[in-house]
Amino acid sequence: MTDPITPPPRKNPQVKTRSPSAPPDNRSRAALGLTTAAAEGRFMLQQCVACDALQYPPRDACNKCLCVGLQWQDISPHGTLLADTQVQTSPNIYFRERTPWRTGTVQLDAGPVIICHIHGDCVENGKVSLLNRLDRAGQGVMIAIPQEATPNMQADQQLRELGSDPQHRRVLLTDARAASTPAIVQSLMKAGASHVFIGESESWRPYENHSMLQALDNVSLISLDITDTRSVKKCCAEICGKTDILINNASFVRPGGVIDRGDTTFAKVEMETNYFGLMRLAQAFAPVMSGRTADGVNSATAWVNLLPVHAMASMPEFSGFHASAAAANALHKSLRAQLRSCGIRVMAVYSGPTEDRWYESLPPPKVSHDALANAVVHGLRDGLDHRRF
Amino acid sequence: MLRRGEFATDDIDGLCVSSFTLFPDTGVALAEHLGLGLRWLDNIPMGGASGIVSLRRAARAVQAGDADVVACIAGDTNHIDSFRRLLSSFSRFAIDASYPYGYGGPNANFALLTKRYMQEFGATREDFAKICISQRSNALRNPNAIMKKPLTLQQYLSARPVADPIALYDCVMPVAGSEAFLVMRKDEAQKRQLSFACIDSTIERHNAYPQDSIQLRGGWAMDIDDLYTMADCTPENIDLLQTYDDYPVISMLQLEDLGFCAKGQAPDFLRNNELTIDGSFPHNTSGGQLSAGQAGAAGGFLGLVEAIRQVTGQAGTTQVKDAQKAMVSGFGMINYDRGVCSGAAIISSGGQ
Repeated sequence: MTDPITPPPRKNPQVKTRSPSAPPDNRSRAALGLTTAAAEGRFMLQQCVACDALQYPPRDACNKCLCVGLQWQDISPHGTLLADTQVQTSPNIYFRERTPWRTGTVQLDAGPVIICHIHGDCVENGKVSLLNRLDRAGQGVMIAIPQEATPNMQADQQLRELGSDPQHRRVLLTDARAASTPAIVQSLMKAGASHVFIGESESWRPYENHSMLQALDNVSLISLDITDTRSVKKCCAEICGKTDILINNASFVRPGGVIDRGDTTFAKVEMETNYFGLMRLAQAFAPVMSGRTADGVNSATAWVNLLPVHAMASMPEFSGFHASAAAANALHKSLRAQLRSCGIRVMAVYSGPTEDRWYESLPPPKVSHDALANAVVHGLRDGLDHRRF
Repeated sequence: MLRRGEFATDDIDGLCVSSFTLFPDTGVALAEHLGLGLRWLDNIPMGGASGIVSLRRAARAVQAGDADVVACIAGDTNHIDSFRRLLSSFSRFAIDASYPYGYGGPNANFALLTKRYMQEFGATREDFAKICISQRSNALRNPNAIMKKPLTLQQYLSARPVADPIALYDCVMPVAGSEAFLVMRKDEAQKRQLSFACIDSTIERHNAYPQDSIQLRGGWAMDIDDLYTMADCTPENIDLLQTYDDYPVISMLQLEDLGFCAKGQAPDFLRNNELTIDGSFPHNTSGGQLSAGQAGAAGGFLGLVEAIRQVTGQAGTTQVKDAQKAMVSGFGMINYDRGVCSGAAIISSGGQ
């Protein structure tokens, strides 16, 4: 079993915050296939299209028949731990600060032998399963975990490094008014988040969930209007040092867009909220968060953007909203690339139309807020780049 | 070396170079740098196997008449952070599939191999200690060795862990240094009145046994019969052995794969033999890399140069009495999870 994580004490302001460092992030072009698979939480290896031989490490040509057709395929992740060791010293700063680090050799049932990270509960010669996860450098790496779940398995230090588990972390959810907010807050609290800040714009304006959210333990409402640069800066000044996960669920949705609105008023508000809002948040919070990625148990770890799946292909009924979402999606991707090397996972949860009033004209099935909230928490735990549903 | 043999620079018409830190230069740049006019030039990027492989390449060149006198040289140095940089860009498979995992470098790889070897064959840390302690005792007689103090079993066992079961004294020390030898025809050596060694046989193998899930044997096992047949001798005829000792377990694999004992029997063999210069089985008489230091690619030359000194009676303070025939083996290049290159040679005293 793994020892549970001790909740971190209050931060001592006199102690220097540990500087961020990353594990080695250089990879060959072929090996990026592993990263692509990890971004979606899949365990994949290259397989030869001619002779079916599985390949590892990633290659450019088959080591059995020299065929250059190697395709990434989902492979059974089960295997046996042949040998393991605790690395006590490493010339790489990231590992040096985290030793002892357990690494070992796993023989996959499917054949290849894999050097990988080893969960503390794995036993030598025991059966293990491999997970393919993004590490703090944003590259796909494999970790062996026991095939049977063990107590507090998620608390393993090496496994925790390969995800953005909300447990013991503080989260900023940017929009108290969003229909998804109650479900997301509930999921985060269930996942062990230590505190959730919820951004509330125009506090004088009443809304349905205000008193319910205000009454929750370890939840606080904080003034935040992402269409207002000063408001974002003020909120950032107050809580950016304790924002470990930022979930941007603020969005402005109205039907129509190209020819059925008559003017560009809504389009401007959509851009102001969905696109410039994300940019304002990034400009304020990203620099501080990226300096806190090695800050212990509650280090800064992830940024989540909730985006409509139509950010990738818009539909006429919501073309204005989808155009702003496409702009936000482009910004999201560059934010992900920019924060990759400092250890912040930038995840997008792409969802279809949800069960709320702005989508009431669309036929079911629609995405429930509970499902959306689950996707956020699971995506964080597994350290994904994106979830789609 | 050239001065002792009264060679002028112009007498050297072949050059064989091994070095990790020569980059961005190659043998070409080195030829110009040193003012050598060559008609044969080779680079051997095979780490711990480069000594044996250089010998083979150079001997064939001389045999074919492509060169008359080939200087085989290896050298490496260390700067701040250069060892980390070498590790982090060692090979594509290492970059993709071993260095992102704890970044333990060869220490971690060999820890896994050592652990598996212990499990399979019942070797203990005391067995590995025997190799390290014997070599330290040999090193105390080598003025060029970097380690100058005796090593006790207690010190070995209680040393700082590096990657279990590997601890401090199982690891070689990266040092700056170089090794070299000359390859020429016998009549050339006789004309110059040089003490020389003759090549009885050599073998070389790359990427042997890829199907083994963890490396518990090296390429020597595939070719060892050829090595003895070509040299027309048996393990009993070998007066001293120089193995590639980046970690003691690798020397154990060589004792087995080179025919001195059966697979898995190295621990027993060690318990029944003394590996010191004056012992029943002189092994790594200069102290090996474990006690003399690992000068990068020159570490792959260390055993060969020491063996040449031994069979030519020039080993001085580490001289094994009546050393006539020596075996040297090389092992190199942890491309992913195992050493890919292996080679071995039997050399004997040529007289003078």
